[in-house]
Amino acid sequence: MIVYLVRRLGQSLVAIAAMAVLVFVGVYAIGNPVDILINPESTQAQIAATMQRLGLDRPLWEQFGIFVWNALHGDLGISFVYGRPAMQIILERLPATMELALVALVLSVSIGIPLGVLAGLKPNSIGGRSIMAGSILGFSLPNFWQGMLLILIFAVLLGWLPAGGRGETVEVLGIRVSFLTLDGLKHLILPAMNLALFKMSLVIRLARANTREVCLQDYVKYARAKGLSSRRIVLVHILKNILIPVVTIIGLELGSMVAFAIVTETVFAWPGMGKLLIDSINLLDRPVIVAYLMLTVLIIVTINLVVDVIYSLLDPRVRLSEVDA
Amino acid sequence: MNVRPALLIASLVAATSLTPAMAADLSIGLKSEPTSMDPQFHNLATNAQVLENIFEGLTKQDAVQRLQPGLASKWEASDDTTWRFTLRDGVKFQNGSPLTARDVIYTLCRVPLVQNSPSPFTIYTGAISDVTAEGDDVVVVKTASANPLLPTDMASLPIVSADALGAEKTVTYKPDGKCKGMGDVPQSPAFNSPDIAVGTGPYKLDSFVRGSKLVLTKFDGYWGEAPAWDTVTMRPISSAGPRVAALLSGDVDMIESPPIQDIPRIEGAGFKIIDALSNRIIYLHLYQQDEKAPSITGTNGKNPLLDKRVREAISLSINRKAIVDRIMGGYAKAAGELLPPPMFGTNGREPDGYDPEKAKQLLAEAGYPDGFGITLGTPNDRYINDEKVAQAIAQMLTRIGIKTKVDAVTASQFFSRRNKLEFPIYLAGWGASTGEMSSPLKSLVATYDKETGMGPTNAGRYSNPAMDKILTEAMSTIDDTKREDLLKKAEQMVLDDYGIIPLHYEQTVWAMKKGLSYEPRVDQYTIAAEVKPASE
Repeated sequence: MIVYLVRRLGQSLVAIAAMAVLVFVGVYAIGNPVDILINPESTQAQIAATMQRLGLDRPLWEQFGIFVWNALHGDLGISFVYGRPAMQIILERLPATMELALVALVLSVSIGIPLGVLAGLKPNSIGGRSIMAGSILGFSLPNFWQGMLLILIFAVLLGWLPAGGRGETVEVLGIRVSFLTLDGLKHLILPAMNLALFKMSLVIRLARANTREVCLQDYVKYARAKGLSSRRIVLVHILKNILIPVVTIIGLELGSMVAFAIVTETVFAWPGMGKLLIDSINLLDRPVIVAYLMLTVLIIVTINLVVDVIYSLLDPRVRLSEVDA
Repeated sequence: MNVRPALLIASLVAATSLTPAMAADLSIGLKSEPTSMDPQFHNLATNAQVLENIFEGLTKQDAVQRLQPGLASKWEASDDTTWRFTLRDGVKFQNGSPLTARDVIYTLCRVPLVQNSPSPFTIYTGAISDVTAEGDDVVVVKTASANPLLPTDMASLPIVSADALGAEKTVTYKPDGKCKGMGDVPQSPAFNSPDIAVGTGPYKLDSFVRGSKLVLTKFDGYWGEAPAWDTVTMRPISSAGPRVAALLSGDVDMIESPPIQDIPRIEGAGFKIIDALSNRIIYLHLYQQDEKAPSITGTNGKNPLLDKRVREAISLSINRKAIVDRIMGGYAKAAGELLPPPMFGTNGREPDGYDPEKAKQLLAEAGYPDGFGITLGTPNDRYINDEKVAQAIAQMLTRIGIKTKVDAVTASQFFSRRNKLEFPIYLAGWGASTGEMSSPLKSLVATYDKETGMGPTNAGRYSNPAMDKILTEAMSTIDDTKREDLLKKAEQMVLDDYGIIPLHYEQTVWAMKKGLSYEPRVDQYTIAAEVKPASE
């Protein structure tokens, strides 16, 4: 297991480094941030001075060298726009995104699995069919459009929920969270639902397909023959066995939810990292973009690792040392 | 027992409905947010429009950018390079300390000491050679050369509190950040604290959560008219659709820049639309540096844009009225100048008429009867409907034989490519922050010169030495009447030469609840302190 973990860690570092190079060069190629950040009334000398201060007057390889050297010392650079350490700015935004993603995850699992199992047990009933039809909608409607529709219905037409933004926050263990206040919850429902819809559909389909498969297995037939209650069969024998693929997918999707909740955050003006990334791309704030994407890779890699470990706990046949990583 | 609380509530309700000055809150949806609460960190409209609620300058610009007294009640030029500002009586900072000359000196001293600024305020202080106090109430500013715009510049330079920032008893001015008595100068992150972000404005900083909201509260000791709101919340909602939704659902009371196509809907839902002409001119600039113009085909390597007849033909081929009516939905005005009349230095020149026949004739005279091919560069997310306007212009140019392709890219890419002179012809906009003619002339059409700092945004590299001379003279003429005449003359020369082609002035739009009023500003700023309850 330790050999496995070390190997995984090494791969992760390579992935992060590759990402840093690609993004650094990519953002450099787009344009010069000073061109959009500086007051248009500035003279050529003032523009040149600002570029020099930001280190943008140096050749690309030199800029990259400085970046790598500082990064090895744990310094990912100072944001061009905010004049503060890039990592600090991102971490400020992390709780909002984590909160949104976790609530969305809970929603998609707690609604998705029961519906999926139900549809799998009775695939030809009206209920089963309508669940599947609903999941197709959840899949195929574009995320931003779903978001706008949710706002239109629940905020503009019905006026039940706010159209966007984050509600009142309270501090828990030094982290500002909003799901513990009523105002915060009200603000959280729509964006979390928007983010969850797609994942929920995914979970429904996965749970349904697996339920159907597992239902035909010998041990389920045997359990039935033994006269176990159908409640016990579903909850113990079926549910446990369909969880493995579901956990894999959820793990992967959680990573992408945290990293790329961008659309939802933009539509709902949610002050998370995704919105920060979009703003930073528009302003070519390279230190923030690079640090953000490095952090993203780190999060996804970590989640994958955790998924592998959970895997081995759910299915005793899996041995981590044997997994060909 | 049950009756009493009900009575109490009833009397409370009665009391609140009787007093018009009841607890009143305002919440505004902005399309961008300030990058810092430090008023000297980022010199850009996004920050200025928010920070003007907390901080004030010696002078200020009113809704039509005329200069008005701010913290200085009066000012005068004692000679060409000396300005005397008399501070207003009885002004207090939000921490209770009185405004004195020391605060002004400290403010000017701190500008070059602000670290990591993406757009420094040194453009206003670079030419200041000395600042001294005469007593507590008079500040004397000396400049290296005559600068008639110094009082205007002071409107963009908010005064910070020397006490709150920890200055010593006496602060002595020395140029280039070598002032004495500055103490330990706090940097911009410190301004998130209301103890540091102390100004003289009508609202105090309460809290700023980046990306989420900025909350201001009323400053009871404000020297001017009492602020109308107890708290003001500003929320950044960068996408237009969600911003409109926030207004419609009642999350916010007012938004800036609703998309033009949504205006009928917003009005239909019972909201008020306010709009006004802005100082932002949308223009076409043409590559006139030499014969080696990029992306021009069919001219045997020559640059047709160097010929005045071709430039005139381009202007005449554009149907400005159609653009304003159909693409801008009426929220723009056809332009014949670089600043809408009657602002300072304008001539009242009419927009060029639409005359494709004459345009074709001019092209033929210039030796291009069959036209040529060209690429029109434009941003697609910077100005109102920018790409659509460029597409329309491309069709109009193609109609007179100039086969035009549109190269539309996002703003961050566009400005970099434009500054590298990659476009033979490009569409862009200019808002004169000084509210007078020297701003567009100096930046857009004066000959590009790194030494003198002229023409920094002249990416067409238009050059007219005779105009440069008049403009330079104007920029050092203190007398307003003389300066305006010179500016008029300089602008006329450029426009007669078709050195730059004005298209239209943008109109700025705000949408708000019925019970609010806002005097629309030509500089497109949304200043919360100027939003008032509508008198009905």
